[in-house]
Amino acid sequence: MRFSLSRTMSDLKVYGRSSLRSREGFFFTLVFPVILILLFGAIFSGGGVSQSTVYVQNNDIGPVGAAFVSALNSTSNYCSNSSSAGLCLRLAPTDVNFSQYLSSKSASDGIVIPANFSLAFESGQDVNVTVFGNPSSTTSAVVSGIVAEVVNGFNVRGATGVHHVGIASRTAVSSNYKYIDFLVPGLIGFAALTSPMFAMVNMSSTYRRDKVFKLLSLTPLTKTEWLLSKIIWYVCTTVVSFVLMTAVGVYVFGAHIALNWGIGMFLLLGPFFFVSLGMLVGTVSNTPEAASVVGNLVTFPMMFLSGTFFPVSSMPKYLQAVAHVLPLYYMIDGLNEVMIYGNFEAAYTDMALLLAISVVVFALAVKFFRWRED
Amino acid sequence: MPAIEVSGLKKKYGDIQAVDGTSFSVEEGEVFSLLGPNGAGKTTTIEILEGLRNKDSGTAKVLGLDPWASGYELHKRIGVIPQGFKFLDYPTPKEAISYYGALFGKKVDPDELLRRVILDDASNVWFQNLSGGQKQKLGMALSLVNDPHVIFLDEPTTGLDPQARRAVWEVVRKLKDEGRTVMLTTHYLEEAEELADRVAIMKHGKIVAMGTTEEIESRFGSGQRMVVKGGDDLLKYLRENTRLRVEGGAGEVTIFLRDKADAMAALGAIEESGAAWEDLTVRRDSLEDVFLKLVGESGGVGEGGE
Repeated sequence: MRFSLSRTMSDLKVYGRSSLRSREGFFFTLVFPVILILLFGAIFSGGGVSQSTVYVQNNDIGPVGAAFVSALNSTSNYCSNSSSAGLCLRLAPTDVNFSQYLSSKSASDGIVIPANFSLAFESGQDVNVTVFGNPSSTTSAVVSGIVAEVVNGFNVRGATGVHHVGIASRTAVSSNYKYIDFLVPGLIGFAALTSPMFAMVNMSSTYRRDKVFKLLSLTPLTKTEWLLSKIIWYVCTTVVSFVLMTAVGVYVFGAHIALNWGIGMFLLLGPFFFVSLGMLVGTVSNTPEAASVVGNLVTFPMMFLSGTFFPVSSMPKYLQAVAHVLPLYYMIDGLNEVMIYGNFEAAYTDMALLLAISVVVFALAVKFFRWRED
Repeated sequence: MPAIEVSGLKKKYGDIQAVDGTSFSVEEGEVFSLLGPNGAGKTTTIEILEGLRNKDSGTAKVLGLDPWASGYELHKRIGVIPQGFKFLDYPTPKEAISYYGALFGKKVDPDELLRRVILDDASNVWFQNLSGGQKQKLGMALSLVNDPHVIFLDEPTTGLDPQARRAVWEVVRKLKDEGRTVMLTTHYLEEAEELADRVAIMKHGKIVAMGTTEEIESRFGSGQRMVVKGGDDLLKYLRENTRLRVEGGAGEVTIFLRDKADAMAALGAIEESGAAWEDLTVRRDSLEDVFLKLVGESGGVGEGGE
């Protein structure tokens, strides 16, 4: 075909400059992502806004269990009988069913230290500290984080031989991930969805109304070049959003993020898909009003059900099923895998799926989107 | 070879026959105008020639090419300003021209081109902040980036104030002087008379008259007419005492003249009537007279989109 990279780049230059000059473009590219992460980070990360009680049942009679509890106490650091905010550790009696005990206290967060904790630790065996929590509650994430830190500290101490007992007591804990760790990839997915989708849906109808497409069709610029330039632009804005959000996530909320090339793949694939989808949606409707309705119909379910603000695993089963047909889910799931867990193998499936559907949607968009009329 | 050749061109939208078998040709270097009320099929015709719409039947050739099938080739050699030209909101005229230059792979000097269309005073203003006339002039500048042989202007001055309209006309005349072929549509008679070498008057998708304005006036007009300011008494006298065709009203009497004898008879009768009269003029039917006759008084009022 008649493809020219230089034409694509000329179009990119004009479009990019226009986007930055337009107040909305500037806002949605640079300001909005930062607002989002600050807002959601502050709302959900707790940040010591309220006091929540965490019950600890220490079934261990040895010294390590006690040391663990005091370590927990010192980490949480907020516990007092006053009304100060933060986590408050309380000891639970050892002769009760812990789960029922939590219910009786209307609490969902708790930690159980097993009876053989000292023994196992000192003999270098694997041992589990059980963390009780509510997956949708942010305090649970904080509790998990604290337990993880303490466990980590114990392991390090074990390794340096202070206890001069068996090393590598690899204690497994539920998870050491905080809500913010999930929020950063989710919001990157959100930014990769909203900004190109809304822009493309809007553009496809206003350009048609103002005959800009007709005008462009009278130049050697091809539809593919034009669409590609938009994809490149939104890859750039998504990368900028990523940098800004990650910076805020890490420096303001202490998110743990692994930087690697897998992230780059998703920062390419996401905008590739959503620019194409936006264009395809835009071709369906003739007026700007109809276009925005159709655009919202496609965008909003994806925005909320793909794991942007909450982990999909915290949703009921039927909604999880819905999430699995939404392409954004695969972007966020993949980003979670590479950014949080560094699990590339799990992300390959997401990448492949996203790439395949992007190619299809791109081809459909180029086919169905018309510069001129019959 | 004519620059533009059209014959038996037809295009239908649903039940509406927008273009109904039009035929015409435009020679190289000529300025040709399609004149007609809204809904006459002007825009559809010009868009088919630009390769923006496909025809139903008939032939349309521009520079020997089928506009729809060979659009990519054709577009390198024609310039187009669509009706109500709009561009992206934020580029400046200078940036827009550089952009077009890059798309066409042509080296252009934006400042020089902007001078040519008399827009050098607004070369760094965002498009959205340009006036209507300035936008239209940018449209002309963009259509010239590829140094086109044929330029299509679809209602280039609709909605512009008289001053901006004259500025656009000036640019069109320059294009003609440069030897380019120009095809324009308009519903302003004055514009067609000012700019066009030949005019085709369209109504309901058909060409009802075509030629130079003089040709149209003499062929479709009723020849010379004498117009006198005078009252009903004069009108009545002329009707009763001569065999001349006379119309009147609003303090004006029009006498249609077939030959010199009619003129002499009319003058004599006016003198004999003893009625008060003044401001006697003799003129040919104007293009406007012909246009109104062909298209109808209501023709100028919108009949819906084209």
